[in-house]
Amino acid sequence: MLDFFTTRHDQPASEAPAVTLEAFAGQSNAVAVRIEAGEDARELLPYLDRLQLIEVNFPAFTDGRGYSAARILREQGYDGELRATGAVLVDQIGHMVRCGFDSFGPDQPLDPIALKAALGRFPQRYQKAADAARPIWALRHGSKHG
Amino acid sequence: MYQYDKYDQAMVDARVAEFRDQTERRLNGQLTEAQFRPLRLMNGLYLQLHAYMLRVAVPYGTLSARQLRMLAHIARKYDRDYGHFTTRQNIQYNWIKLSDAPDILADLASVEMHAIQTSGNCIRNISSDQYAGVAADEVADPRPLAELLRQWSSFHPEFVALPRKFKIAVIASAEDRAAMRLHDIGIELVNKDGVIGARVFVGGGMGRTPMIAPEVRDFVPFEEVVSYLEACLRVYNRYGRRDNKYKARIKILVHEMGVDEYRRQVEEEFLHLKTLGIDPPIAELERIATYFAPPPYKQGLSDEIDRRDPAFAQWVDQQVAPHKQPGYAIVNISLKPIGGIAGDASSAQMDLIADLAERYSFDELRVTHAQNIVLAHVKKADLPAVWKALAGAGLATANLDLITDIIACPGLDYCSLANARSIPVAQKIAERFADTGRQQDLGELKLKISGCINACGHHHAGHIGILGVDRKGVENYQLLLGGSGAEDVSLGQITGPGFDENGIVDAVEKATQVYLDNREGGERFLDTYRRIGMKPFKDVLYA
Repeated sequence: MLDFFTTRHDQPASEAPAVTLEAFAGQSNAVAVRIEAGEDARELLPYLDRLQLIEVNFPAFTDGRGYSAARILREQGYDGELRATGAVLVDQIGHMVRCGFDSFGPDQPLDPIALKAALGRFPQRYQKAADAARPIWALRHGSKHG
Repeated sequence: MYQYDKYDQAMVDARVAEFRDQTERRLNGQLTEAQFRPLRLMNGLYLQLHAYMLRVAVPYGTLSARQLRMLAHIARKYDRDYGHFTTRQNIQYNWIKLSDAPDILADLASVEMHAIQTSGNCIRNISSDQYAGVAADEVADPRPLAELLRQWSSFHPEFVALPRKFKIAVIASAEDRAAMRLHDIGIELVNKDGVIGARVFVGGGMGRTPMIAPEVRDFVPFEEVVSYLEACLRVYNRYGRRDNKYKARIKILVHEMGVDEYRRQVEEEFLHLKTLGIDPPIAELERIATYFAPPPYKQGLSDEIDRRDPAFAQWVDQQVAPHKQPGYAIVNISLKPIGGIAGDASSAQMDLIADLAERYSFDELRVTHAQNIVLAHVKKADLPAVWKALAGAGLATANLDLITDIIACPGLDYCSLANARSIPVAQKIAERFADTGRQQDLGELKLKISGCINACGHHHAGHIGILGVDRKGVENYQLLLGGSGAEDVSLGQITGPGFDENGIVDAVEKATQVYLDNREGGERFLDTYRRIGMKPFKDVLYA
């Protein structure tokens, strides 16, 4: 069973201790921060260059605010580690990857077999999101789109 | 109608495999019921009072004969030989075994169908106008955009765990046959200086806090609709309430935030999102639109209808609507036989309707939000044959938009949320007014019944609405007057104290009598109510 999972195959996971958003605002040298579901990811936008790790916490697997937080950070060019923590279940991780998460620190360990099956399930994607997948509409209409 | 290509087919096939795997993990205990619940809900599987209920998506209500036959097959093989067409233009089965669900999804995938996102806190099946493509007053066919949005919303990774369910309707006529402004997002296609685009309304809905969606943008060009909707959804996903499920719909956010502030935040997201290349090109909309090209109508057909048989003539007057193509007509098949269950159809009836669609209507049919079926392109010369076949199967009731064309939720006979039964009340009312002359004298009168305040029976939008409540352990029914889900959208008002099961039937009859005593000229019930107000009705109801 996996306590930690990453798709950042080229680099080690950050070991930096993540501080709260409030603590981060008062520290000029922190490189890792943790945001809660109700906090605004956009507060981090001025600091994206120096951040190595952003943890986004999911208080419940039914609370989807973290998906938007991840996409917002990636859309603004953040390319450091983006980790989903908390209530992270196998069947959500495919969506999380699409929103830009690249590491996972779940409360409950993940079954590696179920995880592998879930991540390989869908051959294509209907939408353009934060991952590299070219959407189906782009595949249909050739290289000039998407 | 739309046909899957290899990509669409691969997506539904992958979904079947995924759900088979999830079901196995549930059955072997790897997933708890709490963990499995949102997964099965995203596949339309609810746990009801007596069994699982499976809701199958009918995108924008459109089916082929082959698809309807598969729905009949599922009813025969896995259920009790019938299905229930819903107010979201879908079909649901009430007696499903969990272990059969993956096989049912596989059967559906074999005819380009699925149950993706028919429940759960995600973007649901996109609904539309049942007269799409054949209504004379539409500015464009709404179905291509609805299909584009079906694909965009399927497995959208950012919006899989919204605060609450999310319903979108797309129409393209001034006449609203889809209750567009009672959706979380309502889209009306409009023509602005020769360019077609979307007028967007956000924050409508029924439920315990009914609201009419305000306009949020008067025009979004086609090529930016996806960006704009992502902006609408993102603001909702981030700021919609999650502390109370009864205040979690987007209507509450728009109401509490104010439409101007909501619009401002959406515009801010939109400015940014539309630069990201997330909108499909117009070529994709055009590709989809080719599937909705008009069928090969025969030219030069007569508009004559042989009306010598009075029963046939009455059916034509009630159930047949004008078609934009000379010589053709739109046939509405009533799923509201007197004493029956609104929206139910047996497998034999489904097979028969499929045969008629294939033979007389270019192999295509539509489900309506009022829980009836439409054959959209029938030659006027074929109407007698269609009527005869329908009459033989108990499907020729002539009551479209009349008081017995009732929308009713499943109520306490099936639903674990209900406080009161809806079906028997609908049956009693229908029987009370069944005398055809009487209901025809009343004219258009939309009566809608919900068995609890979640309002699945659209009682807020009924010219006459009925809401079942629990009053100290006894079923009690409140009466509402003056709602409308059409282009003259309005919310019904409660008349006063509720009634028991027989009392509500009497109350409906009294309300119709007030209308008959007061109507002027060609007024409908709703028009008279709007002119004279609640007081004359209350005076009679509570005399």
